[in-house]
Order: sequence, then structure tokens, then C-alpha cells
Amino acid sequence: MKNKILDISSLDRALLDQLDTYIKNLEGDNEENLIHVLHRAQALFGHLPHNLQLYVARALNLSGAKVNGVVTFYSFFNEEPTGKYVVSVCMGTACFVKGADKVLQKILDIIGTKKNEMSADGLFTVKDVRCIGACGLAPVVTINDKVYGKVQVNDVETLIGRYKGGQSA
Amino acid sequence: MNDLKAYLEKRDALRAKTVPRLTLFCCGGTSCLSSASDVIIELLRGKVEAHGLEADIDVKQVGCLRLCGEGPLIFVEPDDITYVQVQVEDVDDIFTQHILNKQTVERLLVTEPDGSWVSSYREMPFYKTQHRIALRNCGEIDPRDIGAYIARDGYHALALCLLEQTPEQVIETIKQSGLRGRGGGGFPTGLKWAYTAAVKSEEKYVICNADEGDPGAFMDRSIIEGDPHSLVEAMTIAAYAIGAKQGYIYIRAEYAISIEPLKLALDKAREHGFLGDNIFGTTFCFDIDIKLGAGAFVCGEETALIRSMEGHRGEPDKKPPFPSESGFRDKPTSVNNVETFVNVPAIILNGAAWFASYGTEKSKGTKVFALAGNIKNIGLVEVPMGTTFNEIIYEIGGGHPEGKEIKGVQIGGPSGGVITRDYFDTPIDYDSLTAIGAMMGSGGMIVMDEDTDMVEIAKFYLDFTQEESCGKCTPCRIGTKRLFEILERLTSMQGEPSDLDKLETLARNIQAASLCGLGQSAPNPVLSTMKYFREEYEAYAYRTKKTKYTIDPKKCIGCTKCARVCPVACIRGVVREVHIVEEAECIACGACYDACPVDAVLRP
Ligand SMILES: Cc1cc2nc3c(=O)[nH]c(=O)nc-3n(C[C@H](O)[C@H](O)[C@H](O)COP(=O)(O)O)c2cc1C
Ligand code: SF4
Ligand code: SF4
Ligand code: SF4
Ligand code: FES
Ligand code: FES
Repeated sequence: MKNKILDISSLDRALLDQLDTYIKNLEGDNEENLIHVLHRAQALFGHLPHNLQLYVARALNLSGAKVNGVVTFYSFFNEEPTGKYVVSVCMGTACFVKGADKVLQKILDIIGTKKNEMSADGLFTVKDVRCIGACGLAPVVTINDKVYGKVQVNDVETLIGRYKGGQSA
Repeated sequence: MNDLKAYLEKRDALRAKTVPRLTLFCCGGTSCLSSASDVIIELLRGKVEAHGLEADIDVKQVGCLRLCGEGPLIFVEPDDITYVQVQVEDVDDIFTQHILNKQTVERLLVTEPDGSWVSSYREMPFYKTQHRIALRNCGEIDPRDIGAYIARDGYHALALCLLEQTPEQVIETIKQSGLRGRGGGGFPTGLKWAYTAAVKSEEKYVICNADEGDPGAFMDRSIIEGDPHSLVEAMTIAAYAIGAKQGYIYIRAEYAISIEPLKLALDKAREHGFLGDNIFGTTFCFDIDIKLGAGAFVCGEETALIRSMEGHRGEPDKKPPFPSESGFRDKPTSVNNVETFVNVPAIILNGAAWFASYGTEKSKGTKVFALAGNIKNIGLVEVPMGTTFNEIIYEIGGGHPEGKEIKGVQIGGPSGGVITRDYFDTPIDYDSLTAIGAMMGSGGMIVMDEDTDMVEIAKFYLDFTQEESCGKCTPCRIGTKRLFEILERLTSMQGEPSDLDKLETLARNIQAASLCGLGQSAPNPVLSTMKYFREEYEAYAYRTKKTKYTIDPKKCIGCTKCARVCPVACIRGVVREVHIVEEAECIACGACYDACPVDAVLRP
């Protein structure tokens, strides 16, 4: 990616400005700051497309290959866009033994998409995540920042239904 | 605060300021917050204010109150009343009935099987049998209030170390206490500090491992949320002992909301001079920063964690050299787990002998477990080392929620193994567990009942490890994939008897040839379930496994619920008569199993 021309026309300038300010205020080594910058960039843009990765690389004076290598290593970073609602089904052990796999399958069936792929209407991305630390509520599903505990297969239809209109529940 | 006297005066002033009054300890741990405890707290505070009762009533947001499965929880003191499963709608009753009219809201108490109420947590076996050292402040104080921490002797241990002890003395105390690493390895903490201290270097680092990779464990998270200052104090003591000026807390990205109270704690500690330059007026300077993980299990391994902190892909390095010699930025580094750390101030204050009086010969102190799965009481459990599984499962855990038979317990997460009923009287300590082919792990404890399919459990863990393998070495990268594929073949009834031998050989190879602990321990769930539940593997391998759902005619009451939910309409029967599954048509979706009110449907 090193010699690629950086085309940032698809990226929102206002968000890039925010990212610039964040980077400018960082102290210390650029390489050590990379993961924090990527967290920030993903929080702003929702995902990390290649031109954004390259933008970060230039800003931190690192190679594009280096940045891409880090992005692809860590499961928290998405290169692909995600839906308006990110539905995360906890597949930690506590949730698994309480039937999280069936809940996940049911959610995928209802939304009609595959794991980690945005639904055709752009509304949903369904992921499985590791324990979110709320095992007392197993099985746990989160939709964006909202946490739903003790979710049963039979609750899924209503739960997802609340988001299907596109306006958050 | 430049001497011990100044500290003690400050502490005593803070203690004197806290007037005894009616206090509602409201759980603000992750589980309870997810059930709207924040809204409940806000509403309660609003009511107290509206009635002008701020001086008489304190609504405190505290860390995890441990019985997470019954959350949101509220402890009312000094009334000694414990409310569980509190909903937003219950706020009115708690306020009017309890606070204003001094009457207990009985329907919010814990109900015993015989219908009676238990009004205080102090009477519940879940709490009675526990002993808290690591969780001593968790649920007792507002984690955002540094004053509350100081009033409970917070930063007293740090003052003692800096003002009255040499680094060697601090290390000696930790050695004498017998404290061993709680992150899984069980390495003696005092020894690790001594190694790091012995290396000459201008730059050294203290790192707290808060990656908590075991999926199904939430001990470290709860400590950070409920008692962040203990961690800050302990890391500062460690830094003094080994000669470090900078510390880092590496915390997993999924815990983003725990970070805010932690940041606040760091700010407050700086404000009070417990972090920064010339702490307690000495020449000792130290500060702590937070480093975010990004969702990679292997980054819990200390060398991978260090790589990740340096901004690289988190691939483990060969050891030696150990981090104590060459760690972060190639400088001497001591990496310790959250729970390991928070024991330290208690040891300094109460002495090594006090700590060593808990536990067994070679495992001192207590251990925190995150108890979950098919168990009545789900939550955090801290017990002295040497407590048996029986005590945790049946006394503290209350056994199975529906009285089913408990078949085994998985500890140590994806690196661990399963303990079967025959070993439930084993005392839980590092060496007894190793002796029965299991390991302590970091504290995840998942209870599994008779309905649990052990081959599926093994497959679940292997799916996890094959996805999390960093790919650096072939036996782990390819081997875990193959293991997973064989397990998948078996569970989809495509397996062969020869697969059992293949599983075992492959598992041994991966154990022997992998570079880091992830690969070396990845086969453990397979090997231990194969050892104790071989017949379940054989049922798949010989394809004798029953795969369809059936109905127990002795239990069925003929309510028709199952027949109504069956998506392929393969359940026959009329009202009030026994129903039957046409097994040939059943697609094993499990809907009938979930629908039956009397558990008459039998899983395959
Ligand atoms: C694959 C793997 C994952 C690990 N995950 C963690 C973890 O999440 N938390 C932790 O404290 N230690 C974890 N460890 C252990 C660390 O490598 C290290 O031993 C520990 O942080 C040292 O601290 P302690 O001595 O206080 O236990 C892991 C080890 C391996 C091999
Ligand atoms: S054993 Fe697995 S996780 Fe560890 S270094 Fe090798 S490939 Fe990576
Ligand atoms: S498991 Fe599903 S398909 Fe089979 S009988 Fe029950 S409801 Fe019907
Ligand atoms: S739901 Fe249970 S009790 Fe009711 S008819 Fe079906 S098997 Fe019988
Ligand atoms: S296992 Fe799902 S929240 Fe912990
Ligand atoms: S989070 Fe509330 S009891 Fe654990």
C-alpha cells in the first residue's frame, strides 16, 4: 500500500478533522499509539476502510502495510462497513451453555444475513463476541450499546422487530 | 501528605466525616447496569432529593454485589435488608414502603424453595461461606470516591512501603505471604518482583494484565469497576519494589465502559499525590497509563501483550528471555494479573503471616471465581484456597436451578479442563488441580448439567482457539483447525471410530510442539472430556447417538404446548393425553424442549 495515492474523497472531512486533533494531542511513540488511533478512527467512522487506514499510516508516519497488518490481526477492527445496528451475540462459555448458539442462529434467520455481513437493507450486522462480562445475564445480546440479558430463542423475533423499522427502540 | 502521621490524620478525618445513616448500596456492576440499575439509582436519588432527605439517606452506587444472576441488587444498611431483581417499577415501593414507612418490601427478597423470605444477605449460604480479601472493598464503597477508599485504609499500605520499608523488605513480605499469580500460571509474585528488581536498568515497567481472555469470566472486570484504587495502589507498590517509573494497565476493548471509572481513579490518585512525582514526599516517582487491547485472546499471554502494547500484531515471543529481563521496550518488566495485584495492599497492611494463614500448604490466600452456567447462584465467589468444588457448587452455588444432576465443571476456560463429579471433593488449589490433570486458570467456573453434550463443549472451545490462534506456529494454527474439523465431523454424525485415535494423537502433537500457552493448552478441553466422557465421543463415532427429541410419557401432562410450537408439526397427541414425537420427521430444533412446562421433552 506504500506507494498508493491517498484518495480520501469518500471520508467525511469533519470527522477527519476530529481524528487529526486526536492524533495531534497524543504523546509518545507513533507506533505504540497506533492501536489507540485505530480505536478512535473506528469510533468516528464505524469501520476502517483502506483509505482511512492509509490516512492513519501517513499521519503516524508508518507504512500502510504495517497499519493493515495490525487492523487485520485484531478482531475488534472492521474493514467492512457495519449496519446501523450491530447485533452482538455473546458466545462466551456462560452464554453458550445457556443456548447462545440457538439465539444467534435465530437472529441470523430472522434478519436473513450471515455472520459479520451487513444485511441488504444496511440496517444490521450480526456478530458473535466473546464474554462481555455480564455473564449473570446469560445469554446476552447487545444491540449497539444496549444490553439485553436472559434472551431466549422465543424473544428474538420481538427484539429484532423493534429495530426493523430503522428507528432505534 | 509527606509522612505517615499526615496520612493517618487525613484518613481519620475522612472516617469522622462519614456519619452513620441509612444507606442503599445499589449495585453498579456490569450485569446490574445492563438491567437498568443506573436508572433505578437515579430515580431513588431523585426521590430522596424531592423529600429533602439527602442528609439522612445515602444512595450509593457500588461495584458488583456478587450475586449477579439475581440482579439488580440493593443492600439496605443498617437495616440489613437485601433486595434482589429490583426493577424500575419497584422504586416507588422501596422508597415509600421501606424508606418512609420502615416496612420491608417482601416481594423483593430472596425466596426460598419453601416459599419463605430471606431478608439479609448475611443469612444466605452464598455469602456466608465466602471470605473476601481481593474483593474486600468491592460493593462496600463508591469506586468514584477516593475519600471512601482512604477511609478504609486506602493508600495506607503505599505510605508504609514508601516511608518505612526498603524495596527489598516489600519483596520479602510478598515472598513470605506465598502469593502466587492469579492470571493462570500461579508463579510466585514475590519471586517475579525479585527477578525484575535484580536486573539493572534505568527504565523498568509494571504492567497489569486486565485482558481477562477466558470467555465466561468477569472477576478482573468486577475488581476494576468496584475497587479501582486498590489496583492503582498495588501497582505503585510494585513499582517501588522493582524500581519502575511507569506502569500500564492493558485492558480489553470489550470492557470499554469499565475504563471510565479507572481513568477517574487515576486522575484522583494524581490529584492526591499518590501518583506522580515525589509520592509521599519521597524521591519515588511513578505514573500509570491505560493501553487498550483490540479483541485478541492471545494478547492475554504476557509476551503477546507486550507486543500489542508496542503497537504490533500480538504474536507471542519465545521465552526466555522472560519479561522480567527484557519486556516492554526491551526493558525489565513485571506483568501481573489484576487479582494478584489487589491482594498486595492487604498483605502489606496485615502481614505475610496473616495472608499465609488462609489456604493450603502451597497455595495461600483466596481465589475469586466467576461462577456461571447451569447453577442456581450465578456470580462472583471468593473463597480460601483449598475449598472444594462440592462446597462451591452445592453450598455457595445452591446446586442446579431445577435440581438436575450436575455432570461437571469447566475451569480454566479454553486452556482448562473439565472436572467430573468424582473429583468434586478435591480441594481447589494449584497443585491439587494439576494432580488431577486440570488447572487453576484465571477463575472462570462453568457448571454443566446432565443435558450438556460434552463433545459439543469441546467443539465450542476448539472453535474458539482455532479462531484465536495467532498463526505464528504451524502445529497450533493447522492443528487446532484439524481438531475442530474432526469434532465437527463427529457431531454431524459423519465421523468414524478411527477419529477418536486421530483426535488424541493430534492433541498430543499440538501440546508438544506449540510455541505459547495458547497452543500448548488448546487441546486440554478435548483430552479431558475424552478421558471422562469417552462414551459420548463413542456414541458419535459409532453413530449410535440419539439425535431426535422425545417425550417422557411419565411426565407429559398433555398440555399441547410442544405440538403448537413444532415448526414441522411432528408432535402428535390430544389435550390431556401423552404426546409423541414422530422421530423420523423431527428436525431437532429444540422448540418443544423450550416450550414444555414440565420438562417432559427429552433432549437427544
Ligand atoms: C493464551 C494465554 C492467555 C492468557 N490470558 C491471560 C489473561 O487474560 N489474564 C491474565 O492475567 N493472564 C493471562 N495469561 C497469563 C499471562 O501470560 C501471565 O502469566 C500473567 O499475566 C502473569 O500474571 P500473574 O503472575 O499475576 O498471574 C494468559 C496466558 C496465555 C498463554
Ligand atoms: S501456539 Fe498458537 S497462539 Fe501461540 S504463538 Fe503459536 S500459533 Fe500463536
Ligand atoms: S425438536 Fe423441533 S422438530 Fe423435533 S419435535 Fe421438537 S419442535 Fe418438533
Ligand atoms: S409440552 Fe410437555 S407436557 Fe405439554 S404436551 Fe408437550 S410434552 Fe406433554
Ligand atoms: S459469557 Fe456471555 S457475558 Fe460472559
Ligand atoms: S453486577 Fe450486580 S451483583 Fe454482580
